[in-house]
Amino acid sequence: MSRRVDQAVKLAAEIAVPIAIVAAWQLWAVNRDDPKFPPPSTILAKFQDMWLFSEFGTHVVPSLERIAIGFGIAVLAGIVIGIPLGLSRPARLWTMPHIEYWRAMPPPALLPISIILLHSIGNLQKVSFIAFFCLFPVLLNTIDGVRGIDPTFLETARSYGLGRLERIRRVVLPAAFPQIVAGMRNSLSLAVIMMVLSEYFSSTSGVGYVLLISKNTFDFGPMWAAILLIGVLGYLLNALFSIVERELLAWHRGWRAVSGG
Amino acid sequence: MLETKGIAKIYGTGPKATHALEDVSFTVTDGEFVCVVGPSGCGKTTLLKCIAGLMRPTRGEVLLRGKRVVEPPEELALVFQDYSRSLMPWSTVRNNVLLPLRHKRLSTAERKALVAESLGSVGLTRFIDHYPWQLSGGMQQRVAIARALAYQPAILLMDEPFASVDAQTRGDLEDLVLRVREQYGITILFVTHDIDESVYLADRVVVLTHSPTTVKEIVGVSLPRPRDQIATKELADFINLRGHVYRLIRRELTPVTSVDAVPNSGTPV
Ligand SMILES: Nc1ncnc2c1ncn2[C@@H]1O[C@H](COP(=O)(O)OP(=O)(O)O)[C@@H](O)[C@H]1O
Ligand SMILES: [Mg+2]
Repeated sequence: MSRRVDQAVKLAAEIAVPIAIVAAWQLWAVNRDDPKFPPPSTILAKFQDMWLFSEFGTHVVPSLERIAIGFGIAVLAGIVIGIPLGLSRPARLWTMPHIEYWRAMPPPALLPISIILLHSIGNLQKVSFIAFFCLFPVLLNTIDGVRGIDPTFLETARSYGLGRLERIRRVVLPAAFPQIVAGMRNSLSLAVIMMVLSEYFSSTSGVGYVLLISKNTFDFGPMWAAILLIGVLGYLLNALFSIVERELLAWHRGWRAVSGG
Repeated sequence: MLETKGIAKIYGTGPKATHALEDVSFTVTDGEFVCVVGPSGCGKTTLLKCIAGLMRPTRGEVLLRGKRVVEPPEELALVFQDYSRSLMPWSTVRNNVLLPLRHKRLSTAERKALVAESLGSVGLTRFIDHYPWQLSGGMQQRVAIARALAYQPAILLMDEPFASVDAQTRGDLEDLVLRVREQYGITILFVTHDIDESVYLADRVVVLTHSPTTVKEIVGVSLPRPRDQIATKELADFINLRGHVYRLIRRELTPVTSVDAVPNSGTPV
């Protein structure tokens, strides 16, 4: 009985209420007839018109590509740099001030210099920009995760003659993985932000670029369609990540439930 | 086979240094079952880590088959006290047992056979695809033992392996260790704080003093084998030996209890 109530509440929260909000907005916008706030029906039509799929290849694919490459580089670099830093106190001592400095840097502050140094409109600037700021959550979580590994795991591996690389692969990486994944999740949402930001300021393609053009031409249909798309994109990426996470970290949930951690 | 010569271990330096071991020497010969028994905190784990090559002693040396131990030797496996932190929770039982075999020069079939055989000998074949944390404490320690056996060491070190399981399971696990010792013809150095356990299992019992730790006495145990939890423990020899070891350790404890008593009888804080 209470489970059925539970499900009804969940359904209401996830579907019914959002639909109600959109419906209210529709009524409000239709009456108002303001070009800055087109009704959802117009936005949806525009959305379908642009993104399914006539301009999908010209704008959505480049944006996704930049996210994928930038995020991928950030994850790889964060793990590769984070593991030795997590394992070595002296290495942390010398690098942490620099890491703390750069991670506190607001991304827009680096936008102009990155545009000048990396030839403004190319992919290189966008990918580097995304990768740089996505690096920090993965890096800091990797360092923390590695530092927190129970030394008995490592002693066990050492006593069985596992070499350094083998220990990293078989013990350090899997033990720190839950925390690395938490960092990756933060990085992924950052990646969407950095994508929009870098495309908005200098680009010839991408969802951020659509925002820029529609602002310059006061064309609110494409602008709202782009806003909707960016929201959907962030939501879907996060959902996809959750599925992968659930698969990879099934052991972690089971283990924590037992060890009460 | 194994010789410790004047092992001393001091943690830290200066006034805060801990003298965990002062001077510990004994030998373990081929095929022998030696128990090391000593009070909590006397440095048993420290001693095993020095022997296993995980830690360098401050003074003295460990010789394994005449060779000085400076890093974890291949002929040696260590079963830790805390199985929950020594079995990898992200790996199944199979992969935990496989872990030390991956870098050995073996064929896939040989590895598979070693895993199957060792899990069979601890009676966990059915649980090969479980995760360690899905098993009871006693079963987890059996996985740790299977992993050590699959590694095919010449000598097995065990650090209070049954300290955190219930009494019934503990008896079963002791008998399991005796059985696999026969089956694998393995030399065992077994650390415990439980006097009954040490006498029940061992050929010789190395009794340690309180810290600063030295060897108090090495007691030979010539009880007949195979041993039996009930029959062996009813033998007059067992009772005498047990009493003897108890007395050795209690004489050790006496000064500490009297020191402990002082604050209690003093003025309330
Ligand atoms: N890594 C360490 N650093 C400092 N002191 C330690 C360390 N490990 C153990 N000790 C100290 O050394 C003594 C012996 O510890 P241990 O070998 O664990 O004893 P046991 O296993 O007999 O209980 C204890 O006083 C303990 O606090
Ligand atoms: Mg101990």
